[in-house]
Amino acid sequence: MTAALIETHKLTAHYGDAQALFGIDFKLHAGEVVAIIGANGAGKSTFLKTLTGLVKCARDAVRLRGRPVGSLAPGAIVRQGLAMVPEGRRLFPSLSVEENLLMGAFAGRRGPWDLRRLFVLFPILEQKRRSPATELSGGQQQMVAIGRALMGNPDVLLCDELSLGLAPIVIKEIYDAVPALTREGMSLVIVEQDVGVAQRVSQRVVCFQEGRVSLEGASDALTREQISRAYFGV
Amino acid sequence: MLDTLIQGLLLGGLYALFALGLSLMFGVMRLTNTAQGDFIVLAAFAAIALAPLVGSQSVPAVVLLLPVAFGFGYALQRWVLNGTLGRDPLPSLVVTFGLSIVIQNGLLELFSADPRSLDSAGFNTRSVALGEGVAVGALPLAIFGTALLCTVALQALFDRTAIGRAFRAVSDDREIAELMGLDANRIYALATAIAFIVIALAGSLQAMRTTVAPSDGPLLLLFAFEAVIIGGMGSFWGTFAGAMVLGLAQQIGFRLDPGWGIWFGHLVFLAVLVVRPQGLFPRTRG
Repeated sequence: MTAALIETHKLTAHYGDAQALFGIDFKLHAGEVVAIIGANGAGKSTFLKTLTGLVKCARDAVRLRGRPVGSLAPGAIVRQGLAMVPEGRRLFPSLSVEENLLMGAFAGRRGPWDLRRLFVLFPILEQKRRSPATELSGGQQQMVAIGRALMGNPDVLLCDELSLGLAPIVIKEIYDAVPALTREGMSLVIVEQDVGVAQRVSQRVVCFQEGRVSLEGASDALTREQISRAYFGV
Repeated sequence: MLDTLIQGLLLGGLYALFALGLSLMFGVMRLTNTAQGDFIVLAAFAAIALAPLVGSQSVPAVVLLLPVAFGFGYALQRWVLNGTLGRDPLPSLVVTFGLSIVIQNGLLELFSADPRSLDSAGFNTRSVALGEGVAVGALPLAIFGTALLCTVALQALFDRTAIGRAFRAVSDDREIAELMGLDANRIYALATAIAFIVIALAGSLQAMRTTVAPSDGPLLLLFAFEAVIIGGMGSFWGTFAGAMVLGLAQQIGFRLDPGWGIWFGHLVFLAVLVVRPQGLFPRTRG
């Protein structure tokens, strides 16, 4: 197998005195889609925040294309090809849909994604481009959040709880966009509460429990029983 | 009555210049600069000190002051005020309050307590005829025009430019803005640098209009603060409108009784706080 795009080695993270991650070893290869599952508080979102520099960690604990990025500021990591769709979407409320999308391009990375191409992927956003982003429906806001991350032309897209609070039909519509991303060679790490969705959209599933990896395997090989044990620790 | 209205609006123009920098810094960083008035006085004294270097002419002194103010504002934010930002507003309040004391005492030491002014070569005594029997001072009109221009420019900067989008983004959600590749500390420094351009204009025009003394800062801060609160925090047109309301209220007070002007303005400010605490036009920008 080729060298890992992202690699973490004994990754730990803390919030003040509280330790949230305990020695996570993780690899993501080019073009791969990995789903991270786990109960609330398992450390999934903290893991993504650590990869993007929002939560600090040791310099060598995270490597991007072999280079240590653990101590870099979020902006520097984004410029090296990581982008994140944060939990709860967190759009800029004082910016319109188009302005939110343009913010994603601030890092200045060149690539296939621009406004025109995004509007092909999510046509509704073109109709709503002048609307304040927070006036859109939850699903449309999620499309803006994904589009904003894509505008940075990342090599790796980190998605935190894309389906949270959305109707099943909207979730399907959003995940239907994943093949269009991986066709370009983009890698995805998707944090997902819905195990069925996680298995369907990914090639590999990693289960977190209390800040540790409790299970890892090919998405189509893991059984419900294995996942339940790893998920709940019983 | 027409004269009172015109004088009120022109006075409001000056207050708008006092307040726009405060509004900008609060809008982008949620930072209440309690040294705003003292920075205006500092800018006034800087213009007065620069004037002899350029043939005692006010306009070249102001032109020379603008890049200095921009650099000073950038450095102040980047290396002093950024360290005070966070969820707790107290550190920034304490530090800017401390800066206000340092500026007042520094100016006293350097320039003494004597009031000074910036020579405008007679511009402050000229008038412009607006019609039959109505004339206004050329300098107050220029101050009003400058305030209007600054408001339009700041609003356009925020609404229509990439840097304006960045200002609004870091104001909305600093963490996510940094995920987009923005360096919030630099964006904040740039916002303060722009605020100091307006502060430099306000100080220079105040020094042309009247005399300034090292102890004037707190009163100027009070007027700036009242204009921002009346208009609504974080809104440039709101700040401009708030300044107009304050200027008009003071002029009406002066007309009723020469001793009533200032406190009449305070009365209107208090009334707005009671009736509409979010201000008349909150967050119209964006």
